[in-house]
Amino acid sequence: MGIEVVVEGLTKSFGKQKIWQDVSLTLPAGEVSVMLGPSGTGKTVFLKSIIGLLKPEKGRVLINGVDMVNSPEREIMETRKLFGLMFQDGALFGSMSLFDNIAFPLREHTRRTESEIRRIVMERIDIVGLLGAEGKLPGEISGGMRKRAGLARALVLDPQIILCDEPDSGLDPVRTAYLSQLLIDLNAQIDATMLIVTHNLDIAATVPDNMGMLFCRNLVTFGPREVLLTSDMPVVSQFLAGRREGPIGMSEEKDAATLAAEQTNGNGHAAPRTVVPQLEPSPGMPVRQAALRRRERVISMMGQLPEAARTAIMNSYTPTLDGGRR
Amino acid sequence: MTAPLPVRPPEPATGEQQEEAPRRRTPSRLLAPLRQTGQLFALALAVVRAVFRRPFQLREFIEQFWFVASVTILPAALVSIPFGAVIALQVGSLTEQLGAQSFTGGASVLAVIQQASPLIVALLIAGAAGSAICADLGSRKIREELDAMEVMGVSPIQRLVVPRVLATMFVAVLLNGLVSVVGTLGGYFFNVIMQGGTPGAYLASFSALAQLPDLYVGELKALIFGFIAGIVASYRGLNPRGGPKGVGDAVNQSVVITFMLLFAVNMVLTAIYLQIVPPKGG
Repeated sequence: MGIEVVVEGLTKSFGKQKIWQDVSLTLPAGEVSVMLGPSGTGKTVFLKSIIGLLKPEKGRVLINGVDMVNSPEREIMETRKLFGLMFQDGALFGSMSLFDNIAFPLREHTRRTESEIRRIVMERIDIVGLLGAEGKLPGEISGGMRKRAGLARALVLDPQIILCDEPDSGLDPVRTAYLSQLLIDLNAQIDATMLIVTHNLDIAATVPDNMGMLFCRNLVTFGPREVLLTSDMPVVSQFLAGRREGPIGMSEEKDAATLAAEQTNGNGHAAPRTVVPQLEPSPGMPVRQAALRRRERVISMMGQLPEAARTAIMNSYTPTLDGGRR
Repeated sequence: MTAPLPVRPPEPATGEQQEEAPRRRTPSRLLAPLRQTGQLFALALAVVRAVFRRPFQLREFIEQFWFVASVTILPAALVSIPFGAVIALQVGSLTEQLGAQSFTGGASVLAVIQQASPLIVALLIAGAAGSAICADLGSRKIREELDAMEVMGVSPIQRLVVPRVLATMFVAVLLNGLVSVVGTLGGYFFNVIMQGGTPGAYLASFSALAQLPDLYVGELKALIFGFIAGIVASYRGLNPRGGPKGVGDAVNQSVVITFMLLFAVNMVLTAIYLQIVPPKGG
């Protein structure tokens, strides 16, 4: 089972520019979470802060009792072995073939024999659909392939926490759908805690158990997916509908005058959104333990959720309350 | 769970923040060089500590050693011949005017072994190998390869920087031997053939003035210069300022910084050496 990630009061700025402040959330163990947000709201910075590559000024990120912000470097290094991070553009080593890239963590951290390494690496290469390309250099393959190779490398040490930085960027819709399914299948197989940073609405709607959104230097919300998907906060509904009308402007936020003008024009609200059902693991995969745990958790916190979210959750669990869920 | 969001901060955010958080004082521009120096020393310390931490990256070390050696051997040899010759000619002409012609050999050899050879080695290591190391690390940094490595729990300092620094140090020591020999031979050749010096006088003055500590200090200097070249190249490579242009600037700076450090350190080392080792001819 994955590891819980607790983020408390995290604040990060570059120089005078504050990226986000006082972000607190808990990624429940083994569940899939998505962090949404318009471009440039510090989603990647957030990811890098969780893994300790960037050091926020305030707050803590607790993983197994290790604070990734303030603990000694050696403990952080040790804790990082629990992570798999998929970088935005793969971040493969340009001088090594795909095979060596994916084998790198195994060669550095384990004492496996070369034939064992070969077996594990080929298995992962197969999972991400790169069989036949293992001898190529990162410069010789397409961006989408680099991305998938980056995912394979993140998976090779059987991580407990998987962080994905925009897994969809540079992929076509079909491959994005496959990737979504792959992430869910992975979660069913290895039960790792996952955090996906994206602004892809399909992934956001179908993959996660929990969703959060960063906007305007704050964490707008974080909670079960239904909360965000049914939220009527202007930022969230604008983002999920991909409309121009709302508080998000071309450069981060709009000024009050434009916003007021939009509201008087009266096109602020579109049709109510429906909550799409979450992806299930492919046939043949084990039952997703995280989904079962999440159900317990969500039902126990039902009282604190807004009405719309409650209805959506009840609807999604109705066929399963009598145990009909595969 | 869902905290109400301040969709729009009541005031323009920038002004508000500046007033509210004077907690982190903006660092003075005047102190920037000091900060850089401090970080350079911190890296040097981290590298020294990481040298003794296992696992040692033998493969990477050998590859880097081979690379550094292959880009420096030929230019070093080619530079050292004319350099030895220039010293021989210059010293020869001077000693001739002073009437101390028979000491040309000793003087030129001392100049080559103690001063010229370590400096030639260091300039070549910094110029040829250091710039390549800096560019390599810098491009890896901006492609996020180093971040990826750190995320996988592998320290780039131990994995990449330590083998490179060790490679520059050992190549510098070995190369210093080569340059000393070639430079001395060049000086001998020019003194004997061109200036009509006698082989006997050259060798006699050599053994009268030169002593083994001269060679030791030359090698020590080469070792230290190699270390400096490796550390400065790695430091600039690990901290390029934004984008490919930053890598180019970093390479440029690494070479210039190394050169300046070399001459300063060389002066200090020479002064100390002259104080603590008694001259043989005295």
